[in-house]
Amino acid sequence: MSEVTRQGPRGKKPGRDAGGPATAADGDGTRRWRRGRKAERPVVPEAEFTSYYGKPILNAPTWEARDIAGYFFLGGLAGGSSLLAAGADLTGRPALSRVAKAGAAAAGALSVAALVHDLGRPARFVNMMRVFKVTSPMSVGSWLLGGYLPAAGVAAATALTGRLPRIGSVATAGAALLGPAVAAYTAVLIGDTAVPAWHDGYGELPFVFTGSAAMAAGGLGLLAAPAEESGPARNLALLGQVLEMVAFERMTRRIGLVAEPYRAGRGGRYIRAGQALAAFGATGAALSGVPAIPLGRSRRVLAAVSGAALIGASAATRWGVFHAGLASARDPKYTVVPQRKRLAERAAATARPAPGPERPAAGPGEATARSG
Amino acid sequence: MTAIDVPLTTRPDGMDSYPGTQPRMGFFTDTSVCIGCKACEVACKEWNHVPEDGLVLTGMSYDNTAGLSADTWRHVAFIEQRTAAPDDGAPGGGLRWLMSSDVCKHCTHAACLDVCPTGALMRTEFGTVVVQSDICNGCGYCIPACPYGVIDQRKEDGRAWKCTLCYDRLGAGMEPACAKACPTESIQFGPLDELRERAQARVSELHAAGEDSARLYGNDPADGVGGDGAFFLLLDEPEVYGLPPDPVVTTRDLPSMWRHAGAAAVTLAAAAAASFAVEALAGRLGGGGRR
Ligand code: SF4
Repeated sequence: MSEVTRQGPRGKKPGRDAGGPATAADGDGTRRWRRGRKAERPVVPEAEFTSYYGKPILNAPTWEARDIAGYFFLGGLAGGSSLLAAGADLTGRPALSRVAKAGAAAAGALSVAALVHDLGRPARFVNMMRVFKVTSPMSVGSWLLGGYLPAAGVAAATALTGRLPRIGSVATAGAALLGPAVAAYTAVLIGDTAVPAWHDGYGELPFVFTGSAAMAAGGLGLLAAPAEESGPARNLALLGQVLEMVAFERMTRRIGLVAEPYRAGRGGRYIRAGQALAAFGATGAALSGVPAIPLGRSRRVLAAVSGAALIGASAATRWGVFHAGLASARDPKYTVVPQRKRLAERAAATARPAPGPERPAAGPGEATARSG
Repeated sequence: MTAIDVPLTTRPDGMDSYPGTQPRMGFFTDTSVCIGCKACEVACKEWNHVPEDGLVLTGMSYDNTAGLSADTWRHVAFIEQRTAAPDDGAPGGGLRWLMSSDVCKHCTHAACLDVCPTGALMRTEFGTVVVQSDICNGCGYCIPACPYGVIDQRKEDGRAWKCTLCYDRLGAGMEPACAKACPTESIQFGPLDELRERAQARVSELHAAGEDSARLYGNDPADGVGGDGAFFLLLDEPEVYGLPPDPVVTTRDLPSMWRHAGAAAVTLAAAAAASFAVEALAGRLGGGGRR
């Protein structure tokens, strides 16, 4: 399927404006077109489908990976860290609290900077606050961040300066309350698109994202907080790693064909890198937490390296999900084959006589977009 | 009479409704009479000042436009098909040429409009979907939301653009530029319920004439997007023309998505609580309790 991913740099339709790769696109189109024609040779028997010269049906997102995958990652890191900060305050771990609060505020601010940077008209960012729409996860997210960022910022400022402790604890509680939502809503943001690899996975993606958030926040605690206070960060990172892994596994198993972009190509490479980093980081983090193992001074080093690996793993997961989504949008297979299957299932399920030749495969309009 | 002929109670929000008495207007594109002249493409570009969209020879029959985008609001598809040999054993099959002018579907439940965070995308009094370019901040969310691959970002401008169904012309009582320019009445403009009746009649006519492959696409208010404001008569499966066979407005799954995200957020909070609880427990068991 890789030939269809030969796109313009911003995901334009192949051969449109890339100024040069017209011949490459030609080759693609013709090849795919022939293959797609049912009457001719089925070169790829497992997924036979028709397309218009192999052109994608969807317009792929124009988002930049650095901005938007980065935004997902940083939002998760921030949200998870705010929870860690609140817990650290409640259990008397001032150093961990400072690390987590500073991390949350910095990651939160950076994530919004990335979001604004990705806008086609950054100066019009405030238009996000023009309306509140429950049907737009991006609108909900903007308002969420509008509440979260000041809270995380005040929490960090009071913790680092030691001033206004009361206001600081209110802000810490507020950030901890909104943090999980900040970490989870980005999965809805991409789930509510026609991009097959994202929408089909909407049941598990939020758990992948919050697991990833826990892993990153825990990783930061391990990396930067002193050993005697980093226990909860280690636990959170390990729990997050397991959550992300299990949810991702379930998702890719359930969505079948549409899981291919999570395994192949750029998306697959990021996912595998993330899994390797996560396995390494989790092992190291776990070992560094067992007092029986005589690690001496290197215990702290091991914890820090593991923490960094877990942060990297979280980022790699987001990049992988992002690129898998792009790949699934750029190949008409992932749009046509599941929709055809859906139509066939619906036609088989409806016992009533065919409604007429103009809609041979039509059924009740209320079919759900996913099976599970 | 309402502008939008769907039960709005099916929407969680009612946000894509428009109150008023103006009937919903739309396109019926009858591809069986399209001759592929591209007058619609040209008229659209001229009227709407749509910039150049790339001068490339694609090798895809006579289609050098390739698809809908920010700078292509009408796109004529060309499909060359070999037809089967006649049953009576006469020599050879023929070549069939399918042509179809694609456009924004002006969905009843428009995903682009649903997900737009600024309210730049709006439902007009004609039941059409229009981007207000003075509000769009180029977030790009509408682009992957559209199940038809219609709306796109104009790179040099940053904002999202698509067919407006000539909102300005409609306001002045005129028909859209493409429909006006179409020499064969392949593109028909009018009140949607009238168009739907006309389309049914046309399909029956074609079936009676032996053209069994004729079918309507996007005419059914019970489909995944609540029916299209711009629908089609096709002579083959939708995907042959680059159209999705069963498009769905993903917003209809949004309540379920929010529920899953809520559960995931609670799981994260619980994981954090457990992370501290385990430490406290371990500390107590180890005898050296904290605090
Ligand atoms: S076809 Fe796409 S751009 Fe047009 S109204 Fe529907 S969702 Fe919006």
